[in-house]
Amino acid sequence: METNLAPLLPSAEVVLTALSVLLLDLFIRKDEKGLLVWISLIGLALAGGMALFLWGSHEGAFQDSILLDDFALFFTELFLGAAAITILSSVHYVRETNIHEGEFYALVLLSTFGMILMAAANDLILFFLGLETMSIGVYILTGMWRERSQASEAAMKYFLIGAFATGFLLYGIALIYGAAGSTHLGRIASALGQTKSHGSIILSAGVFLLFVGLAFKVAAVPFHFWVPDVYDGAPTPVSAFMAVAVKAAAFAGWARIFLYQLSPLQSEWTLPLKALAILTMTVGNLLAISQSSVKRMLAYSSIAHAGYLLIALVAGGESGGQALLFYLLSYAAMTFGAFGVLIALKEGENDHEAYSDFAGLGFKRPFLGMAMSLFMLSLAGFPPLAGFTGKFYLFRSAVVAGHIDLAIIGALNSLLSVVYYLRVIVMMYMEEGGAEGKPFARAPYLYLAIAIAVLGTVYLGVLPAPALDLSRISFISLH
Amino acid sequence: MMEQFGLLRFIPLIPLAGAALNILFGARLRPQFAGFLACGAVALSFLVSLAVFWLLPASGVFRDVLFIWIDSEPFKAQLSFQADALTAVMLLVITGIGLLIHVYSLGYMGDDEGMTRYFAYLNLFVFFMSLLVLADNLLLLFVGWEGVGLCSYLLIGFWYEDHTNTIAGNKAFIVNRIGDFGFLLGVLLLFWEMGRQGVWTLNFSELERAAHLLRPESVTLITLLFFAGATGKSAQIPLYVWLPDAMQGPTPVSALIHAATMVTAGVYMTARLHFLFSLAPATLAVIATIGALTAFFAATIAVAQNDIKRVLAYSTVSQLGYMFLAAGVGAFSAAIFHLFTHAFFKACLFLGSGSVIHALGGEQDMRKMGGLRRYLPTTYWTYLVAALVISGAPLTAGFFSKDQILWQAYASPNGSTQLWLLAWLTAGLTAFYMFRQLFMVFHGACRVAEPAKARLHESPAAMTVPLVLLALGSIFAGWLGTPDFMWGSVWDPWLQSVLGVQEAVDDAAPGGELFLMALTLGIAALGFLLAFLLYGRESRVAERIAATTIYRWLAHKYYVDEIYDCVFVRPFTACARWLAQIFDPGFIDGFVNGVASTIRAGSLSWRRIQSGDVQHYLFAFLAGTLLIFAYLLGR
Repeated sequence: METNLAPLLPSAEVVLTALSVLLLDLFIRKDEKGLLVWISLIGLALAGGMALFLWGSHEGAFQDSILLDDFALFFTELFLGAAAITILSSVHYVRETNIHEGEFYALVLLSTFGMILMAAANDLILFFLGLETMSIGVYILTGMWRERSQASEAAMKYFLIGAFATGFLLYGIALIYGAAGSTHLGRIASALGQTKSHGSIILSAGVFLLFVGLAFKVAAVPFHFWVPDVYDGAPTPVSAFMAVAVKAAAFAGWARIFLYQLSPLQSEWTLPLKALAILTMTVGNLLAISQSSVKRMLAYSSIAHAGYLLIALVAGGESGGQALLFYLLSYAAMTFGAFGVLIALKEGENDHEAYSDFAGLGFKRPFLGMAMSLFMLSLAGFPPLAGFTGKFYLFRSAVVAGHIDLAIIGALNSLLSVVYYLRVIVMMYMEEGGAEGKPFARAPYLYLAIAIAVLGTVYLGVLPAPALDLSRISFISLH
Repeated sequence: MMEQFGLLRFIPLIPLAGAALNILFGARLRPQFAGFLACGAVALSFLVSLAVFWLLPASGVFRDVLFIWIDSEPFKAQLSFQADALTAVMLLVITGIGLLIHVYSLGYMGDDEGMTRYFAYLNLFVFFMSLLVLADNLLLLFVGWEGVGLCSYLLIGFWYEDHTNTIAGNKAFIVNRIGDFGFLLGVLLLFWEMGRQGVWTLNFSELERAAHLLRPESVTLITLLFFAGATGKSAQIPLYVWLPDAMQGPTPVSALIHAATMVTAGVYMTARLHFLFSLAPATLAVIATIGALTAFFAATIAVAQNDIKRVLAYSTVSQLGYMFLAAGVGAFSAAIFHLFTHAFFKACLFLGSGSVIHALGGEQDMRKMGGLRRYLPTTYWTYLVAALVISGAPLTAGFFSKDQILWQAYASPNGSTQLWLLAWLTAGLTAFYMFRQLFMVFHGACRVAEPAKARLHESPAAMTVPLVLLALGSIFAGWLGTPDFMWGSVWDPWLQSVLGVQEAVDDAAPGGELFLMALTLGIAALGFLLAFLLYGRESRVAERIAATTIYRWLAHKYYVDEIYDCVFVRPFTACARWLAQIFDPGFIDGFVNGVASTIRAGSLSWRRIQSGDVQHYLFAFLAGTLLIFAYLLGR
């Protein structure tokens, strides 16, 4: 049999870049490390170009255990973009905290590689491999700021709970293998077709264990407790990377496994998933209100947004899939932006993450203030920004699928979220004092990242049609 | 026959770019440059409009699709523009007359500090107005509709240091909002009713194809709501009260927005949706009646005003009434024709009054003018021409377009003698108040106070050249649409592609139109004569008239503002005050704050479960898993 390596091109390019960064890191002087940023970015751009080139193809490799379709490519581009923005916004952060640059970038790239595998995996074993590659990278990234005990604590907690969750996931895969006789998603699906295994308790148990494992990764309540501690302790660019890319990867897997291959079983998990969505939204929003640190608030807000995204999974079908993909795009833009502004406030040892540090920012740093206002409004779901359009399609998919109650609870929840998002704007424009924020000249890369996020947030809100089409096409390509 | 024409988008986008540049960078530019930038932008727009006009095939439509705006199955709206004959005419008026007024503003606003802001608003207005007429669906039209309202508000209150200007701006905005609310309801109702027939669209051509599906009673309601919007924007009874107050803005703004273009938006909308209005005879009757009444009452009020711009404002209301009268009797083409000619002579009059005000250093009271023709010769001559045209002097634009309306009001199947009579009387009043004004301002003894008199001067070329051009236009624009017994109309056949062939007027008496024309000329001449006798010579009669009760009623505009104040404004503000000072802090705030503090308390107590201990987290994890499995087993 001829081995078709084309589907691996983008991910191979990412690994290659990671290895070159690691290797080069050994040979260059401290003040030349800026080179590594460029190599990483160029590598990511090349991989992005390849993915673009492969757009529209539908082919498998390694006995179909990896499948390159538009869905995988959509997520590949999303992960590559997320990695690029993460690197752009960490350049200055990394220098100020004495984190080793080479290792940092290489780990970001390697985790990205894991994510791409997750989105393209058509076999549970490969999916697990991708998930672990990604997770181990992120565990280390969390603890990279070694001088800070909080970071080490966060990394340890993340690792412990992550290992626990992995156990569930792996056990679930084993049970499914036992029931269906294969780990290949296609064959599992065809095994489902035979009535015998359909009602099998072993298969159901396996599916639900898989479900729990993924619920941990997307940070659904009650599997969410690690999120505030880990996001809070991790270096801020890593928090953003986790909030966007790791979550998106988990949702990619969820969509491919549950919304497509295992969709005949949908009626089994609809109710628990719905409960999970409601709990996640509500708890995330409720707890975000009483935070005094903006970074911790963003952590809870990311939990709440996972809840909104779960709505799309409950709704399922074409409209649910489209809404999921589109919302992930919008969510990526506004979340990266919000964390980016947080990074811009950091000065040396001082994090400046409290609400009070934002006081008067709108006048001291007009660009940062305006950008943060946009991100907050978008996260809260104000038109005409990305967050509004995204939520509109999410809730609409719920209504289309007959879950009007979910749409109503979702809308009430976004009302609740306005409280803590607007508080940031109130601080920035109606209070005085607070932190200064980096001027542009000191952090051009970071400002570039924030500007990209601003453009994305506005563009997806004002002209959503192209991105919506893209999301729909990508999701349909699963079938 | 639809044709793609990619240039269409530039007609609105160039002025938008001009406005954006002025807003963003205006502070760093020389103010003079801001003016040239704005003029250049509108000039380019005008050139593209000319190209559209020139290239447009007789029965064709140009389209320019930008992107899909709203995609929500089953409803889909594109952001796209279309230009047919009707739009092309409107575009020429907006950008052509708009350009002249931009140039005029260079002279008029030359020494104003807020020049950059002024030109940014003016360009923004041209953007929204061209958006309004280029829109190919109701939603986009509504964007333009609201946008021009916003610009009007901004420009009325342009000199915001003076509180009365701000109040006038507020009044205009609020009164317009009342109409807009009706309009919006109409759009929603139309959308809903069409949707019930399975046609989810707001696109004009699709609506036209599906209009017959609507039930008659819903068409009547929808069109009445649309007309409510038109009464706001186009200043008809009962919502005309904002327009005279809008004269607080700079005079070129009055000419452009409050005479030539924005206020005609209601007429345009009626013509654009003629296929709906034609299905609702009851609405048409209402429109014709309101139009005729507005024309007449506004003309009577204009007779007794002493502010030079207020006379013109009421005259505008009256002329808009004519247009609605025409639309109401089903003569949409005549309405648009009058809109077109009116734009010329009314802009000319306003700009002429602006020239007078400019020369007098801001004086607007006609009792303190007089004899100005010696000092302002160009202004005088153009003003005289425009006054003749609006009064309907033979062979001028106003003569032809007004004659068409009067004839249709009488002879069209929907017309009646009563409508014609009102319109006919209005024609006489128009001549009277226009020449009263002309005599008071330009003739007789000069009553200008001494220091101002010494500084009297003709305006600069930037102001007089547009005046001359507009005066020429006022004379010749009407030759496009002469009656059948002359060389006929090139206008009607051209607009027929959009507005459809009008029901033939009952031609029982071939000389009928000629006879009515003579009657109209007669009453106009009578009005002129009366004005000359009372105000053209040194006479005491005018003062005696001014002392009569009826004159006082007219001067106070029938006390309509006072009545509105008593009936609507005061109870409303009292109610609002009660809501704001008693109901809101006590009840609403109490409720909201109660909910907020409950949620906050809940949030704070829940926060404690985030203990920081991994054991607790894992326990929650396990508990969650067990719950899910309990569900699995208990199913």
